[in-house]
Amino acid sequence: MIALLLRDLRLATRAGGGFGLSLAFFLIVTVLVPFGVGPEGGTLARIAPGILWVGALLASLLSLDRIFALDHEDGSLDILVTAPIPLEGAVLVKAAAHWLVTGLPLTLAAPVLAVLLHLPGPGFFWMTVSLALGTPALSVIGTFGAALTVGLKRGGLLLSLLVLPLYIPTLIFGADCARRGAEGLTAGTPLLMLAGITLGALAILPFAAAAAIRANLR
Amino acid sequence: MSIWEYANPKKFMQTSAWVLPWVTGLAFVTLVLGLTWGFFFTGDDYRQGSTVKIIFIHVPAALMAINAWLMMLVCSLIWLIRRHHVSALAAKAAAPVGVTMTLIALFTGAIWGQPMWGTWWAWDPRLTSFLILFLFYLGYIALWEAIEDPDTAADLTSVLCLVGSVFALLSRYAVNFWNQGLHQGASLSLAPGERMAMTFKLPLYVAMTGFVLLFVALVLIRTRTEIRARRLRALEARGRMG
Repeated sequence: MIALLLRDLRLATRAGGGFGLSLAFFLIVTVLVPFGVGPEGGTLARIAPGILWVGALLASLLSLDRIFALDHEDGSLDILVTAPIPLEGAVLVKAAAHWLVTGLPLTLAAPVLAVLLHLPGPGFFWMTVSLALGTPALSVIGTFGAALTVGLKRGGLLLSLLVLPLYIPTLIFGADCARRGAEGLTAGTPLLMLAGITLGALAILPFAAAAAIRANLR
Repeated sequence: MSIWEYANPKKFMQTSAWVLPWVTGLAFVTLVLGLTWGFFFTGDDYRQGSTVKIIFIHVPAALMAINAWLMMLVCSLIWLIRRHHVSALAAKAAAPVGVTMTLIALFTGAIWGQPMWGTWWAWDPRLTSFLILFLFYLGYIALWEAIEDPDTAADLTSVLCLVGSVFALLSRYAVNFWNQGLHQGASLSLAPGERMAMTFKLPLYVAMTGFVLLFVALVLIRTRTEIRARRLRALEARGRMG
């Protein structure tokens, strides 16, 4: 499983792996929003947590179809299914690799980009914590969506449509946690809910995703 | 005599052919009765005027929007566990009906909300969760349409329906947490303390029965169509081989 993780990381970081794609998209969103909304500090500070969360969500959505598509094309997915490690574990590793190349860099980039949006001081800590806790859920849910659409030629649009409603609870609690933190309110409750969603998704969705892959490759 | 007999498509077709005219007729009668009664033979509310009458469509449609998803969930479970094709096809047949009911509920709500709340749309928990339900329906239908092999499609949509149900429930509570609502509480409740006068309640019950029967009739028709389409495809495949 570690070998699989390293292989996926290596594939993602080498040329054409789309490692920078999500980060670039995140950068574009946060840079473009002030042009659309206006440079006024108060407005930007108020919407900053929401913008950063939506930006991170869309950025991680962008690279989802890569999770299984390339492996499906060159046949290594069939090998994974018949490999001695359980498919559920392989799915979890795939999600972890996706998180390491999108969720983690997004989490690290968010505080830097938050400066551009005038995020209030206490918000930085909560922004980072909520993204660190929430992005794994985005990756696992996205892996499930990718597993559902793995057999399709042009599954990208369908994948977004399937994953969009599944992302909503994560977005609500994550953005709310960051917003409360930025406004200096207690952010513990949404943070706990967010952690609950992440843990629940980690526990359940690999099984659903593995079932979907088996159905797709039958 | 057990319910699993109807997993046999032939038995299902026979019984549903017999049941369908009755259900359709009853649905027609109760709908006409409930809606005419509701629209023309109940008084206007003293604050809401005659806009209150939209409740006779709004509430039953909302009821069926949720129950259609529940039915799809049960059918998906049956397909995953016992692999009865009729069950998978019934789930497929119910989805477009459910999405229509969701849309009706959303639109009648907007039409009612404009004069009452002064807005077509509010990010209220109930409204928002219906919008999310609508998205779930869209994804489910799109997945059915996208996959060619019917068994794979049934498997994948069933898994999506199970996961979607968990997340739909989660969204329901998340959305409550996110915004306190404008929408009134449950229109009908078994708890003591009348929320609605009997004059409104009775036609509403009739209209709800009508919507349930209409849903059953539509799902039966659509399931029968799906079964026939499946038979036709099998015949064509056999024809090509022979």
